[in-house]
Amino acid sequence: MGIIITKDLRKIYSETKVPVYALNGVSVTIEEGEFTSIVGPSGSGKTTLLNMIGGLDNPTEGEVHINGVNVTTLPSGKLIDFRLHHIGFVFQSYNLIPVLTARENVEFIMQLQGVPKKERAARAIELLESVGLSDKIDNRPGDMSGGQQQRVSVARALASKPRFILADEPTANLDSKSTAELLDIMLKMNEKHKTTFIFSTHDQRVMERARRIITIEDGVVAKDEF
Amino acid sequence: MKEYFKIAWRNLWRNRRRTFITIASVLFAIFLVLIMRSMQIGTYDYMVESAVRNSTGYIQVHGKGYWEDKSLDNSLIYNEELEEKIRNTPNVSSIVPRLESFALVSYGVQTKGIAVIGTVADLEDKASGLQNRLVKGNYLSENQKGVLIPEGLADYLKVDIGDSIVLLGQGYHGVTAASLSEVTGIVRFLQPDMNNQLLYMDLQQAQEFYAAPGHLTSVSIMLENPGRLYQTTKSLSDIDPDNLEVMTWKEMLVELLQYIEGDNISGLFMLGILYVVVGFGILGTILMMTMERRKEFGIMVAVGMKRYKLSLIILIESVVIGILGVLAGILLSMPFIVYFYHHPIQLTGEWAEAVMEYNMEPILPFAMEPGFILNQGIVVLIITLLASIYPFLVISRLKVVNAIKGK
Ligand SMILES: Nc1ncnc2c1ncn2[C@@H]1O[C@H](COP(=O)(O)OP(=O)(O)O)[C@@H](O)[C@H]1O
Ligand SMILES: [Mg+2]
Repeated sequence: MGIIITKDLRKIYSETKVPVYALNGVSVTIEEGEFTSIVGPSGSGKTTLLNMIGGLDNPTEGEVHINGVNVTTLPSGKLIDFRLHHIGFVFQSYNLIPVLTARENVEFIMQLQGVPKKERAARAIELLESVGLSDKIDNRPGDMSGGQQQRVSVARALASKPRFILADEPTANLDSKSTAELLDIMLKMNEKHKTTFIFSTHDQRVMERARRIITIEDGVVAKDEF
Repeated sequence: MKEYFKIAWRNLWRNRRRTFITIASVLFAIFLVLIMRSMQIGTYDYMVESAVRNSTGYIQVHGKGYWEDKSLDNSLIYNEELEEKIRNTPNVSSIVPRLESFALVSYGVQTKGIAVIGTVADLEDKASGLQNRLVKGNYLSENQKGVLIPEGLADYLKVDIGDSIVLLGQGYHGVTAASLSEVTGIVRFLQPDMNNQLLYMDLQQAQEFYAAPGHLTSVSIMLENPGRLYQTTKSLSDIDPDNLEVMTWKEMLVELLQYIEGDNISGLFMLGILYVVVGFGILGTILMMTMERRKEFGIMVAVGMKRYKLSLIILIESVVIGILGVLAGILLSMPFIVYFYHHPIQLTGEWAEAVMEYNMEPILPFAMEPGFILNQGIVVLIITLLASIYPFLVISRLKVVNAIKGK
């Protein structure tokens, strides 16, 4: 029984002159503890798929089940809460609230969850240490490098104790050293805490680190290798 | 909540200059509004106050029909019982019984029609400060003969202290009234009407002159709290509804009231324009603060923040701008208002003359009313709330996926 199951997902953008079939029948199942990469050329539908899984956008057809809940039918208010408690997000860039420090950014999500203040602070510091940022705890995003910001984002995503973390091209704006560091951290979390990661990339070096690679082409799954 | 306040507060200082400019625009508007309005309201209050003090009082009691037909035949009969009842009415602070009518005054070859005011010396002084206006001779004293005339009339008649003037009029029930009275005091009014055509004498002397002992044309009433005008009027009306009429200054000084109301509308109109300008200033800033953070908002909603909480942050930001602007505006204007409240601006030239036409001293007093100042603060806060509606719409319609992409 997978924690994520998509059933024949379709997303058709029809506002354009010619309708775009961004997803054209995607059925995948992702199990707990996976470290999975969604790969494919630009425009193949990676972001669209992750957005559907993350409940950020509605499919035109098909269903997404997370933990047995059909999120496609959740009303938008419930969906926001569902994301808060079950899904961690890392986006390509500018993930963080610029006026909050690293620690405050990590605490923020727990605060939304209603975690008591003491627990929040302790956990935020612990998480920032585990992503190797103990010396940047009180820095604002603007005073950190792109790689450091992405590591804070990972810490924030972990802070809510989600069932899985979705990362859409998390390394796209990073140099190779920062890319390697970020992947090391993600992998470590995956191995130590069984945190499920699903991340998209079109970087060869990144996909090599994944344990499962789902290749998307023209909105359909072209390959699924373990 | 504290968390949202922290985010909002820091956001405000992300673009210091813009925030300062917006706060400054609120400050400037509040400053203008407070100065302008306290001058206006102060002037109105002063107009009413001086008209009330010098002529009508806040409330007047007349004999029935007197206001319609100001004849001695419609005067009221004043006795201790009535006086007692009026004085004992709650909120009445002081009263001035008067007998007023017309007379011709002449000295040598000069003759002039004037108003004769019979009054009680110390009560009159308490209400209108008449004694302070004395420039020559002595003030009236009770039951003493002798008249007090204004400077303008003295100049016209070419009389001085000690000269005797002839008064000729029509008394109660058509009786001829005539007397030779000594000028014992000269007073100065700035108001041309008052300075040229009236004359004061002791009430009893006037009653004798007009052959109307015990009669009054009016009892002017000053109040402890002018705000309770209507309740007090009601109580006074119940004293003797068959024989007395009770009127408020608003009924008696209709022209003044109309002037004030008309002028007030133009003041409010200016106020409205100023507030619209401020409103758009705030709206512009809030809108920029919202638009440039669409991506940030998209991510916040994506990770699980409810939209209303985002709106709350925007609301706090705009309210803080509003409050800071209002407070700064009040702080800046208070010294001016307090100063001009205690030292009214002295008018000169044409403006002064125009004001004197309205039977007033040529000064521009400021009002100092906490209630009014508070109201302006509330108005600006309401404006900031209104200005937040648009960002609320933007946030509620924000498409997370597009916002994250920066679209
Ligand atoms: N809002 C949209 N409106 C129209 N077409 C879109 C929209 N979003 C994405 N697309 C199209 O859908 C396809 C898949 O896009 P996307 O999922 O972003 O691809 P990837 O992330 O693999 O680069 C592309 O052809 C893209 O142009
Ligand atoms: Mg993409």
